[in-house]
Amino acid sequence: MDSVLPRTGLWLGALLFAVIATALAADIGFAVHMMICALAALIGLIVTVRGWDPAAAIRPVDLGRYDDDLIRLGVIATVFWGMAGFLAGLYIALELAFPQLNLGLQWINFGRLRPLHTSAVIFAFGGNALIATSFYVVQRTCRTRLALPGLAKFVFWGYQLFIVLAATGYLMGITQGKEYAEPEWYVDLWLTVVWVAYLAVFVGTLLKRSEPHIYVANWFYLSFILTVAMLHLVNNVNVPVSFFGSRSYPLFGGVQGALVQWWYGHNAVGFFLTAGFLAMMYYFVPKQAERPVYSYRLSIIHFWALIFLYIWAGPHHLHYTALPDWAQTLGMVFSVMLWMPSWGGMINGLMTLNGAWDKIRTDPILRMMVLALAFYGMSTFEGPMMSIKSVNSLSHYTDWTIGHVHSGALGWNGMITFSCLYYLAPRLWGRTRLYSLRMVNWHFWLATLGIVFYTASMWVAGITQGLMWREYGPDGYLVNSFADTVAALHPMYALRVLGGLLYLSGAAVMATNITRTILGHYRNEAPMHSAAFDPARDVPLAPVTAI
Amino acid sequence: MTHDNTHHGKVIDDATGTAKVGHEWDGIEELDTPLPRWWLWTFYASIVFALVYVVLYPAIPMLHSASKGVLGWSSRGVLAEEVAHEKAEHQGVRDAIAAIPIEALASDPKLQRAAIEGGRAAFKVNCVQCHGAGAAGAKGYPNLNDDDWLWGGDLATIQQTLVNGIRYPGNDATRSSLMPSFGKDGILTAAQVQDVVSHVRVLSKQDPANGSSRRGAQIFADNCAVCHGANGEGNRSVGAPKLSDKIWLYGGDRASLVNTVTNAHAGVMPAWTGRLDPVTIKMLAVYVHSLGGGEATPAPAAPAAAAPAAGAAQ
Repeated sequence: MDSVLPRTGLWLGALLFAVIATALAADIGFAVHMMICALAALIGLIVTVRGWDPAAAIRPVDLGRYDDDLIRLGVIATVFWGMAGFLAGLYIALELAFPQLNLGLQWINFGRLRPLHTSAVIFAFGGNALIATSFYVVQRTCRTRLALPGLAKFVFWGYQLFIVLAATGYLMGITQGKEYAEPEWYVDLWLTVVWVAYLAVFVGTLLKRSEPHIYVANWFYLSFILTVAMLHLVNNVNVPVSFFGSRSYPLFGGVQGALVQWWYGHNAVGFFLTAGFLAMMYYFVPKQAERPVYSYRLSIIHFWALIFLYIWAGPHHLHYTALPDWAQTLGMVFSVMLWMPSWGGMINGLMTLNGAWDKIRTDPILRMMVLALAFYGMSTFEGPMMSIKSVNSLSHYTDWTIGHVHSGALGWNGMITFSCLYYLAPRLWGRTRLYSLRMVNWHFWLATLGIVFYTASMWVAGITQGLMWREYGPDGYLVNSFADTVAALHPMYALRVLGGLLYLSGAAVMATNITRTILGHYRNEAPMHSAAFDPARDVPLAPVTAI
Repeated sequence: MTHDNTHHGKVIDDATGTAKVGHEWDGIEELDTPLPRWWLWTFYASIVFALVYVVLYPAIPMLHSASKGVLGWSSRGVLAEEVAHEKAEHQGVRDAIAAIPIEALASDPKLQRAAIEGGRAAFKVNCVQCHGAGAAGAKGYPNLNDDDWLWGGDLATIQQTLVNGIRYPGNDATRSSLMPSFGKDGILTAAQVQDVVSHVRVLSKQDPANGSSRRGAQIFADNCAVCHGANGEGNRSVGAPKLSDKIWLYGGDRASLVNTVTNAHAGVMPAWTGRLDPVTIKMLAVYVHSLGGGEATPAPAAPAAAAPAAGAAQ
């Protein structure tokens, strides 16, 4: 297609640049990172010169009518990073219950592994799921192939490099110290380049669509890509200490910096974990249920209400801090108004099952989607409730927040992603069905039980903590020291470990199931129901008149 | 696939009886269901709640400040109110504790109990970091539950320790003493350190006497007895720990003792005056005294000049 020579030159240039940057590095962390970049460039160079195609190894016989190579890679990456992220989560849960497990090593102490866990599950697992499904959905609902397929390849591999740089950075102690925005300035710049390329591929595909209208899932994907770009840029306006060093300082300081950080942090939840995953829901739920979407009008109203209201809700992370009262008020009321727009997505998802509710009994993938929507509804009720200042004065800084986040992350993001992976794997590899639908059932129950243990223990822990902190004796003196509250939480921390272990076990069942599906194995088992698939209809339309 | 009927030009979905919008993407259609009423009204209600809340509380930012809200509420105002309320609530008790000499508190059990509770609360915030939540201490940080005191365990002495701290820079009245680093500074050879440690372990009845300890006895008499006493009984006037019991601040095993004699320790406690108000310090002293090892106030009949020596002689 394109000539090898300019691409070889590009890789050589990148390699040279990385080697020079390694030599000039002001600190060891930066040097290690530039060596990783050099290694990536070297691999790119070899792959280009040899004419290798890594996607070919996992490509089934039928050559994609759509650009599905990256989606296949994305499914594998999602499963891989998911396992890595859940494992890291289990380990840090163990560290909290049994601090000896820090082993006195700086690289694996809680402070460094915690961002590794959060970034691995949100950005590596969730991000890969979003990129892969968005490429899948935008092609199907626009009935056209990806615009700029070469750039799409760059998006996928560039994003993996971002993940590796972020993760290795955390282990070496390279961090901006901003929650969910820990990577340092040069990794941020790299992600910016990757993200702009992502936007270009996505918008380009929308523009060359063969359908007259843009499907609702694509509105959500587009709002996710655009807003994350804006959030990322504003929250990472940093001045590097040296252009060859890993340290930088933010332009916004003090309470302004905190507000920018939580404007970012909350909308990372809103647009990455909510809007993006709602996009997945809007395609895969009607496909799996084989039913029309419940309400077109609701999808319009709740979409615009959601994206308009979400962006103002960030200050609720800074209740009872130095943030001015007026900003706290606005953060709270916008969060309360956000309740119904959030639930609009749940209603539209659940009610899409109207006329197909019986399938919950027979279709384990659909059952998983319904559970995801139920958890979505629960956490988007809990969120506005926790943003109310009097509730927040009890919940803030406690494990209740951790429980809330995980009912959303494990229940909503995790379950909807798993069900999408189960939907995608047989279709992408040309299998008639999954290796095993009954193992999906096992995964469902292991994960559900895990979430129950996790969230219930954290609710109890958080409320215990909040009540103990504010407990005053009859003569008006504080009853508990901080260490007393820590000791009281130990059993809950141990239960959380159990919840995490169950959830990880479920994911391991999924990893086996997906791998065997890719390998073309079929488990000999009593059949269960799943949505029909007609490969003949899974094709782009010939370009019609542009509208 | 459900069978569809057409009705007034619109395709009706059989299962729900609802019209379809008419678009289709990759097999996905949409129903033209109106917004659920309960959803819409709850949404309106949350907007009304928000509007009312914004009028009642500080909310609208302007050039130099923000709207104050009809209720006149502010988080700083509430805090100031609560602090003032708590202060007023406790003022009577605090005044009474301030007025009474610390030794006389025991004569007023109700006031004494209030002081202990106040001290317990202050301890949880200020002292647990070093002395532990149960005041049992840790290596280098004394256990406050027992009757082994470095500087003295009666009420006034504990209060004095709290007010001025131990080896606390910048406080002239801080309790001060410094054990020499016998090994590091070459006062004793490594072999002599071993011998004197052997003797200390005999004093504390951990080891039977042997050749090394007998050599160490003379070294102890020459170098250590001046502070720790001839038989290791300690000296409170310089905070020299008792060496003849089983209680060790930095460890009583041979390796720990060798390290202590070689490098010495000089633990520091902050002077709490200036950080905490005098009544809180007084309550802390009463609380620590109440933990189990508190000693009786020395008889006032003893001449003042002999006060430090009296502690040493015990």
